[in-house]
Amino acid sequence: MIARLFALVIKEFLAIWRDPRSRAVLFGPPLIQLFLFAYAATYDIENARLAVLNEDRSRESRELVARFTASRGFEPVRRLTHVRQIAPTIDRQDAMAVLHIGPTFAADLKSGNTAQVQIIVDGRRSNSALVLLGYAGEIVTGYASDMAAENDQPGPPAELVTRAWFNPQLESRWFIVPGLVGTLTLVVTTVVAGLSVARERELGTFDQLLVTPLRPLEIFVGKTVPALAIGVIEGAFIVLAAIWWFEVPLRGSHLLLALSLVLFLLSATGVGLMISAFARTQQQAIVGSFLFLMPAVILSGFATPVDNMPDFVQALTYANPLRYMLVILRGLFLQDLPGDLVVQQLWPMAIIAVVTGAVAVWLFRHRLA
Amino acid sequence: MSEPVVALAGVGKRFRKSGRPALDDIAAEAEAGSITGLIGPDGAGKTTLLRLIAGLYKPSSGTLRVAGRNGAPEPGTLGYMPQQFGLYEDLSVAENLDLYADLQNLPRSQRRERMARLLSFTGLEPFTDRLAGNLSGGMKQKLGLACVLVHPPRVLLLDEPSVGVDPLSRRELWRMVRELSEQGMAVLWSTAYLDEAARCSRVWLLDEGRLLAQGPPDNFLAEVRGRCFRMPLGETGRRHVQALASAHRGVLDAQIQGRGLRLVLEKDTPPPDAKEVGAAGEAESVEPRFEDAVVARLRGQHASETEEASGHEDDWRKHADGDDTAIETRELTKRFGDFTAVDRVNFTVRRGEIFGLLGPNGAGKSTTFRMLCGLLPASGGEARVAGFDLAHARADARARIGYMSQAFSLYGGLSVRQNLNFFAGAYGLYGRGARQAIRRALKDFELEPYAGASAAGLPLGFKQRLSLACALMHGPAILFLDEPTSGVDPLTRREFWARINAMAERGVTVLVTSHVMDEAEYCDRLAIMYRGRVIASGPPDELKQTHLGRLDASLEDAFIRLIEAQEGPAAAEAPA
Repeated sequence: MIARLFALVIKEFLAIWRDPRSRAVLFGPPLIQLFLFAYAATYDIENARLAVLNEDRSRESRELVARFTASRGFEPVRRLTHVRQIAPTIDRQDAMAVLHIGPTFAADLKSGNTAQVQIIVDGRRSNSALVLLGYAGEIVTGYASDMAAENDQPGPPAELVTRAWFNPQLESRWFIVPGLVGTLTLVVTTVVAGLSVARERELGTFDQLLVTPLRPLEIFVGKTVPALAIGVIEGAFIVLAAIWWFEVPLRGSHLLLALSLVLFLLSATGVGLMISAFARTQQQAIVGSFLFLMPAVILSGFATPVDNMPDFVQALTYANPLRYMLVILRGLFLQDLPGDLVVQQLWPMAIIAVVTGAVAVWLFRHRLA
Repeated sequence: MSEPVVALAGVGKRFRKSGRPALDDIAAEAEAGSITGLIGPDGAGKTTLLRLIAGLYKPSSGTLRVAGRNGAPEPGTLGYMPQQFGLYEDLSVAENLDLYADLQNLPRSQRRERMARLLSFTGLEPFTDRLAGNLSGGMKQKLGLACVLVHPPRVLLLDEPSVGVDPLSRRELWRMVRELSEQGMAVLWSTAYLDEAARCSRVWLLDEGRLLAQGPPDNFLAEVRGRCFRMPLGETGRRHVQALASAHRGVLDAQIQGRGLRLVLEKDTPPPDAKEVGAAGEAESVEPRFEDAVVARLRGQHASETEEASGHEDDWRKHADGDDTAIETRELTKRFGDFTAVDRVNFTVRRGEIFGLLGPNGAGKSTTFRMLCGLLPASGGEARVAGFDLAHARADARARIGYMSQAFSLYGGLSVRQNLNFFAGAYGLYGRGARQAIRRALKDFELEPYAGASAAGLPLGFKQRLSLACALMHGPAILFLDEPTSGVDPLTRREFWARINAMAERGVTVLVTSHVMDEAEYCDRLAIMYRGRVIASGPPDELKQTHLGRLDASLEDAFIRLIEAQEGPAAAEAPA
């Protein structure tokens, strides 16, 4: 039994390793994706193109414009001279936002009236627009209280003081990179497992395997170990890159992180092998894997929170191992998520692994050409 | 006679700068209204030559004229059916034909009539709505042929159209192509079946990229006339006699044919003495067959390489233990939904016997075979393999069997040694036992020079040896062979069977499925299946005697007679 299993595991590793294409596919793209996504996928906006229409030409209005142009968020690209120019500027995407200061700005300020400033943003990119509005609000608030202090006027009656816990700078990389540990390893592990049985079926070697004394459970273990090992190695690498390269703090227990990663990848292997045992060709297995992977990533909370999804979609996410893993990853990286809360996320993944694994084992012998 | 339709002069083709060219200095002609058979061992260059004529490759040297033009043929003059014809499996028969009619710009006005003619010509009329993917191997080939003929070409190139096609469909395919050539088409037909080649008007024999011989089959026969003999064989020890005769000086070929041993000798060599080889009587001269001539030619070419498998008897586990029944089925049945694929099949295979399971595609032989290997559970009845009841002890039974399937089912990316390592482990061998078994396999199957090479890159004959070596790793009591030499050239097939015979001599039981009738001649006993039932069984000679009344007939004739008797002459084929 041990000899049989050992032979099978060795064979699986060799089959993956000796094929130069699969060797390249396993390690190249995930690492490229790690760096690509970590740098490209960010909610922070820098240097959004800003057009300025300043009809006031006072010291006060120039001071406000200067605050905008000095901020990291905006980059002035154009000075407008007339209200008519606003619409085409936005339409043609020459600027992401237009700052419009009316002719009575300074006069209103001096007379103690409320001075109005207009900011027009391109709502077609709603996410960026919201972020820019936030930036603009901050700048204007800062300007208003400074102005009040300068003129010995009382400041606003109430003031909101914000402190972001766990991620004081609100760097979105801290949010993205731990998520990548889950998503990238999920893709690699599911695809490796997904191809393993289908490849043998397509080439006719699976029958050869089934006529040996190997039992379905042994085949399952033999196919699981390599996919799991590849996923864990890759996961470990991404965790190290997150700590040393992207400087995301790892505040929680390393042991819990390792345990969670193994259990998570075990459930991914189960799903992959189930798809693989069902497919007749490698092509079917690839299509099947991606039919699982796309929704698994999108409905996991990786980019948009699960809480924002409609109820029935939220119900679907309970079958998604990545959903649980993301909670664990973000929890263990950014805060020290306590063990009992980790276990709360672990057991659903264990159920997914057992159910999909059992289906795969059953299919090995019952789905025959 | 007018100008030949295909004319090759000094044609050569090189794919790589170094090494031997794929084709070298080929000079040959093919005429309108004739069928030219392309034969030769695997890798001889048959497909390359067809692709050159089709204009898919450019020759590296020499000139090539097709239908009166140099180089690429005019569109519409040439039809080419490759080994894997591009049928769209998700389209129906009619839709496939329509598609090819569109591709070949067949005018709408002619289409209806042309389609109707092609469908009746190929006998596919009743199946126009069936998806191509659900056709049997033979029907797929007929549909492929119909698609090529949408626009009747002047030259028709067929690359091994009869591989994987059962004997009945093979005959129909031949009849159709014959009709085409009679209408004036020049047909080039590459084949591994020498009985087909023997019916061609001319034959080109290729070997290692060279044209070894060409001419009408009769010229080939004339060369070996007077060199072919038949020796009667006794009740037992037939394979032993064959092994002795093969090793005899001057014997080019020795094949068991029922109760006789067919010999092909070198020129001016007397046949071996009956007593010396243990035959039951003296050799008598017989009419040569085309295969004899080809084997003699090729053997002359590969004189040093054709060492027969030698027996390293002491190393192999003997299977003298236990009772004498190796495989037994009682009312074995398999149903898929409403369809009964195997219907109450009974047979018994004795230890050390070579038993053949024959039948056309879809007859249920593969299903029976898969049940006996433990790949499919039975729906009814009983099967005992190596003393184990398959219903209860499948894994135990599996440990006692070896399995080799028609597809080359090894791990192509792994080296020869890694494949052996894996199968040793999969059969529970480890440590010294595994090392010994692997050493023995490398030695006995002469695989040592290739031990580090990837299995996928091996020549076909060596792939087959490796498959067999893996299946025999654990010294199984029973060996299951599924279409083991389908589409394999005669020399490789002989070498393979020499090994199988040697195994049987040592008491290994062999169960083989086949629709290559030559292969069936090697069997001690046969069961012929049709529509899920065993319709006849017995030794090959007995079947020939009972169903044809002649011993010198081919088993294929007996087989076809039997099936026609079951269903009337129109007995086409069941879907696969």
